[in-house]
Amino acid sequence: MTANPLLMGHPLSSPEHAKHALLYMYRIRKFEEAVEDLFGRGMMHGTMHLSIGQEAGPTGACLALQINDQITSTHRGHGHCIAKGADLTRMMAELLGKKIGYCGGRGGSMHIADAETGNLGANGVVGGGIPIAAGAALASKMRKSGTVAVSFFGDGAMNEGAFHEAANMAAIWKLPLILFCENNKYGMSSSTEKAFNLENLADRGRGYGIPGVTVDGNDVVAVYEAAEAAVARARNGEGPTLIESVTYRWKGHSRSDKNLYRTKEEIEEWKDKDPIPNFIHKVLDRGILTQEQVEEIQKISTEQIMQAVKEAAAAESATPDGLLEAVFKAVSA
Amino acid sequence: MSDRMLTMAEAVREAMGIAMEEREEVFILGEDIGIYGGAFGVTGDLYHRFGSERVLDTPISELGIVGAAVGAALSGMRPIVEIQFSDFTAQAMDQIANQAAKIHFMLGGALHVPLVLRTPQGSGTGAAAQHSQNLEPWFANVPGLKVVVPSNPADAKGLLLSAIDDPNPVIFLEHKLLYKIPGRDPVPEGAIRIPLGVSKVVRTGKDLTIVATGIMVNKSFEVAEKLAAEGISIELIDPRTISPLDTAPIFESVEKTGRLMVVQEGPSHAGYINEVIAQVSGSASFGNLIAPIKRLAGMNIPIPYAPQLEKVAVPQIADIEAAAREIVKNWR
Ligand SMILES: Cc1ncc(C[n+]2csc(CCOP(=O)(O)OP(=O)(O)O)c2C)c(N)n1
Ligand SMILES: [Mg+2]
Repeated sequence: MTANPLLMGHPLSSPEHAKHALLYMYRIRKFEEAVEDLFGRGMMHGTMHLSIGQEAGPTGACLALQINDQITSTHRGHGHCIAKGADLTRMMAELLGKKIGYCGGRGGSMHIADAETGNLGANGVVGGGIPIAAGAALASKMRKSGTVAVSFFGDGAMNEGAFHEAANMAAIWKLPLILFCENNKYGMSSSTEKAFNLENLADRGRGYGIPGVTVDGNDVVAVYEAAEAAVARARNGEGPTLIESVTYRWKGHSRSDKNLYRTKEEIEEWKDKDPIPNFIHKVLDRGILTQEQVEEIQKISTEQIMQAVKEAAAAESATPDGLLEAVFKAVSA
Repeated sequence: MSDRMLTMAEAVREAMGIAMEEREEVFILGEDIGIYGGAFGVTGDLYHRFGSERVLDTPISELGIVGAAVGAALSGMRPIVEIQFSDFTAQAMDQIANQAAKIHFMLGGALHVPLVLRTPQGSGTGAAAQHSQNLEPWFANVPGLKVVVPSNPADAKGLLLSAIDDPNPVIFLEHKLLYKIPGRDPVPEGAIRIPLGVSKVVRTGKDLTIVATGIMVNKSFEVAEKLAAEGISIELIDPRTISPLDTAPIFESVEKTGRLMVVQEGPSHAGYINEVIAQVSGSASFGNLIAPIKRLAGMNIPIPYAPQLEKVAVPQIADIEAAAREIVKNWR
């Protein structure tokens, strides 16, 4: 099993932190590659939204979080789930419809949640998680639990009413909420140029009276620093922050995407801004890690993913028994 | 008579193209319907034929999309909204149920809302609970909405043309598994319309009446063909529109067969097909029944992800076959 206690702190603050950041980015990359492969071979059902190219966002943000801080995630949620510390085998098992999967095979890719790591769940509905995160932050404030909530969502989700209603409530009630927009330039086929009359989506923060910051979402260090500042503000009772983390989706939106709305050149340009080598250069330049250590981490991450696929594939398939009883939690006497 | 076999996606696209050629006021709006061609490829090349103003890509804003369509419809346009999955009509429900459906009545007839909302529904794609629902009862229970559930390409084309002509809001629910398969019957060329509110007798028979819509018509048809070889004769009726519901052919059929089975994919509890049962129970045809009415419907659960779970959640051909055989054998 691959569960890992969450580490917090600046990715360049120690070799241990640098290793952690790198390992988690690799885990996300390789998990997604494995999913793509299983899908391509017809071994996986449904549809998949991959986070390849976007690994720095969730990794950097979650380095600023404690294990009991909460997140809400999206249809493109594998990265958030891994970065928050989920078990890779149980994730993979869910995608393969196995009993030991996070949802027992009932939810699949778009619905993985993990109470132990504060992950309130991916979401099939664009924007669906944003008010839920505001609610988690409200509960934290009411119960004085000291936790913060981070809502991950895409650029496209910022045009749903759910975003606006949640942002405003969080602002007026000064909730410990981080609105983390992964601006990967497209909501399916709609570019941000088409869907917004704004250059920086973070400018929307002004409309709610909260800070809005735009960061390079392919730089795990920049993401961490922005998240850390927002978390400190939230824990201090100063209210929410909107972070726009600018990144790019390398793969199609989902399986059926023919990429008709963008150019090959654009995709290639962004591949040159790969967040993983980006970070490797930084840690090598500063002498935080050696080339051998970097390679070792890549190797470990590959082994971890292979192990997860192997264990998940061997696990028992979910069965239809008890589906009717599963709809409601039993009322306790 | 042409012998063109189209898929339902092609037939729906053809109807929209014809309507847009016929009337300037017709336009389509929705998410990813332009260059992408629609999440299920239904709008396809319409963007290239009619341009970005009449095939209008929107932000991800379902409430805004339907609201804008209502406003445009009140102001001389004839919008066709595509909501990417029927599940996301939930976001737009205020504009659908509180606004579009009620405006004509509530305002004393001063205004009306000629709007069509097309949306894919149904399970079978592994998209799980928030992308697989059958939501007919949400709409059928709102007076002021017409609800159409086509089961094949030819009907989809003719019904959609009538829906676009209709001066009222029409919800058009397309089962996503039907998009890619050709129908049994050819799709006529040209602007052939099929009126809303007319049930179709898909197949005649004398032992059992099956009432079904959408994909359940296809499944029931297969069963009927198979059981015919065993000497069980099934009459299959496709109401095609749930609101309004044309009951006369159903009553007539029940009088003839004396047995009734209704089939729907959505959960049985408070399902729309229960309306058929209620109507038959209150009609004279009830006296002709020699068997209890059989209702075959989805389980009362959200649609699960894993294929082996998803399958048991909704009626499959084998379930329809077993139920049909049982009712005919047990009640003589
Ligand atoms: C309410 C709702 N509308 C539409 C969809 C269909 N859909 C799924 S993902 C998506 C694009 C989302 O874009 P964005 O929020 O930028 O996230 P990304 O996919 O880029 O990560 C759309 C339109 C949905 N799932 N939910
Ligand atoms: Mg996006």
